[in-house]
Amino acid sequence: MKIKRNIAVSDSGFVFNPTTGESFSTNPIGLEIIMALKSHQGPAQIQASILDRYTTDQVTVEKDLSDFFDMLARLDLLEQDEKNQD
Amino acid sequence: MKKCQYERPLIQRLNVGLMNKFGTRTEYVPFTHIDGNSIKALLAAYGSPLFVISEATIRQTLRDAQRAFRTRYPKVQFAWSYKTNYLNAVCCVFHQEGSWAEVVSGFEYQKALKNGVPGNKIIFNGPDKTVGELELAIKNSSLIHIDHLDELYMLKELCMKLELKARVAVRVNMDTGVYPIWDRFGFNYENGQAWDAINKIMLSDMMDLCGLHCHIGTFMLTPSAYAVAAYKMADLALGVRQKFNRSIQYIDMGGGFASKNTLKGSYLPGVDVSPSFDQYAEAITTAILNAGFGESELPMIVLETGRALVDEAGFLLGTVIANKRLGDGRRATVLDFGVNVLFTSFWYDHKISPAQDFSRYTEDTVIFGPLCMNIDVVRENVPLPPLNRGDHVVVHTVGAYNLTQWMQFISLRPAVVMIDMNDQLHIIRERETMSSVEKDERLPDYLTGFKL
Repeated sequence: MKIKRNIAVSDSGFVFNPTTGESFSTNPIGLEIIMALKSHQGPAQIQASILDRYTTDQVTVEKDLSDFFDMLARLDLLEQDEKNQD
Repeated sequence: MKKCQYERPLIQRLNVGLMNKFGTRTEYVPFTHIDGNSIKALLAAYGSPLFVISEATIRQTLRDAQRAFRTRYPKVQFAWSYKTNYLNAVCCVFHQEGSWAEVVSGFEYQKALKNGVPGNKIIFNGPDKTVGELELAIKNSSLIHIDHLDELYMLKELCMKLELKARVAVRVNMDTGVYPIWDRFGFNYENGQAWDAINKIMLSDMMDLCGLHCHIGTFMLTPSAYAVAAYKMADLALGVRQKFNRSIQYIDMGGGFASKNTLKGSYLPGVDVSPSFDQYAEAITTAILNAGFGESELPMIVLETGRALVDEAGFLLGTVIANKRLGDGRRATVLDFGVNVLFTSFWYDHKISPAQDFSRYTEDTVIFGPLCMNIDVVRENVPLPPLNRGDHVVVHTVGAYNLTQWMQFISLRPAVVMIDMNDQLHIIRERETMSSVEKDERLPDYLTGFKL
């Protein structure tokens, strides 16, 4: 799973897609996940990292990550060929 | 290493320059306490969902309304509208504050009597009064508001039979410039029906015409409509004085004052558009004071407003059951209460607050109830912070009509708790149980026992 290469992300969670001109806002944990995807981390690695750093449990993270990846795909922020893999 | 507080990841498209049809964010801090009682503790003690009534808010709201009218007019009487919320504890708070009872059925009439309201302080409205109910009302010297000619003649007949005089008022409907006109209750002013009914009563020695009554609509956002109504009511009262040399004792302006709720489809929130008690009072009292009554013959103003007096005193507490993503990508949250207990969600975009800490990020969310019915939508769109399963929410301004129009449907109805003036808790209606729901059911013997 890869975030589109030309997607710009600011430190405050402002996400910009220069191809469509659309902009988005994400919360700090969303930003972390997008940055992890940008640095080519996979879902399992991201999940482990969240469990390690936050007060939560595996089921919650699994569920929320799946929903978040689904949103990234819906918002057309994932590479086309990658979007269909999961 | 200490772990960080987890929040569900979320991402939202920004619509720069466009009107956000989901409305603006309204929640900045969690709503954790009602009159000193924590939401968490309330739900732990009484279960979820739970209705909470603030006695302090009821008393304060009524006193505000009384002040608005009594500083403008010498004779004002409030009558508590039972149909708005007839839990006995709620009614008795209003009666302790001096409100009479305004009832619209034999059931409500009996409730008022049981609560200790003297018969002559009960206003009996409504189109359906049985012979037995009218007999009782005549004997108790209650104020019977006549809705139609059939009732007028029935009452006359009863008075003759009982050899008692009934205390009555004529219910009047009229054009106040607000449409649709509520013309189904009482007698019309413009076409002369009301004047005709007044004459029929005045020329009968079996009925004492004490008052005139109107109820021009509900959730009235235009105080000037009350001014029009008050002028027309005063005109009828002055007509009685001129023709029969008799003074009308009271003009009952009914109810219909808006609460601070936001009507569905309203562009602005209710807190910004609903008139204050002062605005309603100014419209009504100015019209009557300027109508031409002598100082000694000013009629008493009776007010039956319900919604505006009790809505803000009611809260509905609940819990998140689940989160899901709808087919079109919208966030949906399922709560443990639905339209079965929050009937007013059909009319209002209720304010909903999370009861625990949250961040500044929100998601446009559809709030569903727990019923297995497609109509069970509490809010179609509301920007809310990410809520997790088990989180608590508070719905505001639910004190009017929910506790009378709620349904025992699919699930059992929750308990109702009142917080008194010292912030102490009192259960005023128990949570329903299987046995309380089934106690009036009967199963014929031949239907018991079957093989599957």
